[in-house]
Amino acid sequence: MASRPELQAPPEIFYDDTEARKYTSSSRIIDIQARLSERALELLALPDDGIPRLLLDIGCGSGLSGETLSENGHVWVGLDISQSMLSKLIFDFLISVVYVFLLSGLYMLLHCSPPILDIALEREAEGDLLLGDMGQGLGLRPGVIDGAISISAVQWLCNADKSSHEPRLRLKAFFGSLYRCLARGARAVFQVYPESIAQRELILSSAMRAGFAGGVVVDYPHSSKSRKEYLVLTCGPPSISTAVPKGKGDDGESSSDESSGDDENRTVSISDRHRPRKKQKLNKRGKGREWVLKKKEQMRRKGNVVPPDSKFTARKRKARF
Amino acid sequence: MRLLTHNMLSCNIKGVTNGFPLIIEAEKVLEKPVDLNPDFLRNMFHKVEWKALVDAAKSLGYSELPESVDPAMLESPEFLHRFHHALLELHLEEGALVCPETGRKFPVNKGIPNMLLHEDEV
Repeated sequence: MASRPELQAPPEIFYDDTEARKYTSSSRIIDIQARLSERALELLALPDDGIPRLLLDIGCGSGLSGETLSENGHVWVGLDISQSMLSKLIFDFLISVVYVFLLSGLYMLLHCSPPILDIALEREAEGDLLLGDMGQGLGLRPGVIDGAISISAVQWLCNADKSSHEPRLRLKAFFGSLYRCLARGARAVFQVYPESIAQRELILSSAMRAGFAGGVVVDYPHSSKSRKEYLVLTCGPPSISTAVPKGKGDDGESSSDESSGDDENRTVSISDRHRPRKKQKLNKRGKGREWVLKKKEQMRRKGNVVPPDSKFTARKRKARF
Repeated sequence: MRLLTHNMLSCNIKGVTNGFPLIIEAEKVLEKPVDLNPDFLRNMFHKVEWKALVDAAKSLGYSELPESVDPAMLESPEFLHRFHHALLELHLEEGALVCPETGRKFPVNKGIPNMLLHEDEV
């Protein structure tokens, strides 16, 4: 588990220049971040009326998730503790502006009107950045923010990186100040990687104590790789509208099958190992259509791309082939 | 940092009861034009502390905002334009934010205010 960044160094040190550069040069990281923030924005369930909202991006880093917010037309304010990550964002922004101006120069030679300049202007409409520590409270006026997202950041609060850090108090300060600055009925969606069940409990109970309603949404719960946890919190008392949405790749029926299978496995005791092994029955007919459908369902639950079922699924080829 | 963000920010030091609005000490101000969106402005109008916005705009050298407002003024395109300019187009690039109660300075570098607190302020 040493690969977890939380265990290596405090965030302001871990996300140094080299680490920050990964977040703008690695297309894989960019892709993952964009998908996570896309999903977080979906879970935020903002009313679909085309009015831009004021959103907060906690742990915005190099602004990858903010880009998704801007693409969806929202105005955002980003908060991060790492100066490297924030200046990376500024640096990249300058580079892109220079690049776009070069492009637009070329474009103007070819055509007369430069619409690509609009893109440069649009890029300037990016959100504002704050250098701050979420564990010290957010320091925003009450009731002004329409929604908050955070991608892979809140679990950092569970670490005590300085002698003065007390995770419980930092979580309390964070959720308390977040509750105050959110408008009533606004949602906050945090994608988190809790290290253990205890850590998830700690985060969730601090949120509940601050007054939030909501819970955890798990996408692709059966997959170890694409499994993602989102904390969906609503500002205000619990009601029908605060019901937690369903995760992706999770359907009740098949998961109950899974659990019954687990139960069978659990009843096998250790003494079974010493018994002479039964010879595996060889089935002449091979694995049937049912088995194939079951396997495909399993892969689908993991989030893999699986071709749809049809009448040709698991059908045998003709003998003459 | 735009004045929109300034209007939302308050001082977060422990024991400070009235940390809003932060006083602006401007050294370098930028103007970055963005598209005007009347819906967003109407939505934000009720959330913005008007007096703080007027004072902040003045400290950045923009004094064309009216001192007092009412929601009916949102219909006038000229007012919307001024409101938009002050809220979203004026950027504080270099300078400092000062807490009105304790006088603590939060430096602003490259448009990013440093709101990190010292250990004894948490």
